[in-house]
Amino acid sequence: MVDPMTMATVSTGMSGQNGSPRSGPISMRFKDVAVTFNGRTAIRGVNFDVPRNKVTSLIGPSGSGKTTLLRAVNRLHDFTKGAVVSGSIRLGDTDIYTGGIPATLLRTRVGMVFQRPNPFPTMSIFDNVVSGLRFNGIRKKAVLEEAAESALIAAALWDSVSNRMKAHASTLSGGEQQRLCIARALAVEPEVLLMDEPTSSLDPISMRLIEELLGELKSRVTIVIVTHNMQQAARVSDLCAFFLMGSDRAGEQIEVAPTKKLFSEPDDPRTLDYIQGRFG
Amino acid sequence: MVQRVAARTLDRRIRISKAMVALCGVALVLALVPLFAILYSLVQKGLRWWNLDFFTQTPQFPSLLDPNQIGGISNAIIGSLVIDGVAALFAIPIGVVAGLFLAESASKFARALRTTAEIMTGLPSILLGIFAYQMIVIGFDEWGIKLPGIGFSAIAGSFAIGILMIPIIMKAAETALRGVPVTIREAGLALGARRGVIARRVVIPTALPGLVTAVLLAFSRAVGETAPILWVIGASTVVSWNPRKEMASMPLQIFQSATSPYLSLREEAWGIALLLVVVVLVINLGSRLFAAWLQRERR
Repeated sequence: MVDPMTMATVSTGMSGQNGSPRSGPISMRFKDVAVTFNGRTAIRGVNFDVPRNKVTSLIGPSGSGKTTLLRAVNRLHDFTKGAVVSGSIRLGDTDIYTGGIPATLLRTRVGMVFQRPNPFPTMSIFDNVVSGLRFNGIRKKAVLEEAAESALIAAALWDSVSNRMKAHASTLSGGEQQRLCIARALAVEPEVLLMDEPTSSLDPISMRLIEELLGELKSRVTIVIVTHNMQQAARVSDLCAFFLMGSDRAGEQIEVAPTKKLFSEPDDPRTLDYIQGRFG
Repeated sequence: MVQRVAARTLDRRIRISKAMVALCGVALVLALVPLFAILYSLVQKGLRWWNLDFFTQTPQFPSLLDPNQIGGISNAIIGSLVIDGVAALFAIPIGVVAGLFLAESASKFARALRTTAEIMTGLPSILLGIFAYQMIVIGFDEWGIKLPGIGFSAIAGSFAIGILMIPIIMKAAETALRGVPVTIREAGLALGARRGVIARRVVIPTALPGLVTAVLLAFSRAVGETAPILWVIGASTVVSWNPRKEMASMPLQIFQSATSPYLSLREEAWGIALLLVVVVLVINLGSRLFAAWLQRERR
């Protein structure tokens, strides 16, 4: 079934100062999104659409609220006392906060990969990959094995681990562990995969492997990636959102544009300053 | 300028540093003296009582002909086993589950519970003896609730020891469970797991080495407790495995032997004390080794 929202063709009017026309099915829509912690604003004024089956990167200096925004999409702020997410974040045609979708169900539709590889330390490689399925009540061995193989192939890890699925996840290298975490997220078959600086703790070769992976993965999942590495954003993303910390230390959206445009002829002079390394 | 002053004061600074290190060494030795003095006298005075009779016989009063004929303490060994075992049986699950709640919840109730546990660990343990005496030995008859007492019994001791163990286990389990990195919990959350599932399948297995140590340390502390069981377990001199019956226990037996009119019994108290220390040491070291082994298994 296809819902009307995802089929809608959306103009860039949604994206604030962004001038270049863009169209295509959208996966997520941020409208006037702000996140506050005990009244202190961490990020505000977020208005843009995340195109389906593309890579969208969130860039900006530390403190500009990128990670806070990313975590809001997975409702990970639900457990933080005093955290309030206002505005609307829609996944398809469902508002993820007010649309009545249980947070646990939302998180099966929106996967997340974290800054540091965080495989479950007591589990084997196999158990790690299928953990999301098991957490959600899937027990059939055949189903689990098929899901594990498919997810590991998608994460480009199958060839190196298929003969040692019972080994502990901690026996893998850092880069392999991060790809295991990607496989674990993919096994749940999410529509959106959030990645919070997924390569910042990895060596350049592992980083490159994961960057290459993103290009292949976007055919099956919409990707939103936070990165401090502007070259990475330029290499892997189709759309790029730039954030800055305002004078009151609250992060805000400055510009959202197709990556090529944002890195060659941005509309906002602050964007140009940032990508040319003049501050941040 | 800085270099000149640094060179001029270097000798003095080195001297002060050496003096301070020496001071630390002296403090360390002073702290260790009582410990080794206790261990030394325990072994020196206690070990000679360890023979087959000591472990297999029940106590008897020495005769005039052979003042060293005092039987053994098998009743106390078995009594301790039963009393502490039954106590552990209910205190460990309650303590661990309550500790899990403390670690996972930020609610007001959790805070109140934590404060209560802290107060409980500070209570003089003899209060638990009085409590057990009233609740189990005599029975409870207030507010329309009537619980018949079952008299002096091992259960009364288990009740007191168990209540003593619960807050210790709770706090230690909380610490162990909080040691599980937030990132691991978030990995579970991000996969759509409910928090109970994450606790059961991720947090507890990850914290298991710490949990095992916590539980065993609490247990080893309870094994040596005397006050809570002083007058509620009946101090029987016969062997019994029935928790409803009167029993002896090792700490209590030390007290009774050491306060008896017979010299040989008073001396035997050292033997029991040595046994108690060995049991506590074995549990302590064992729990650490076990935790280290669990940790290694995962690599």
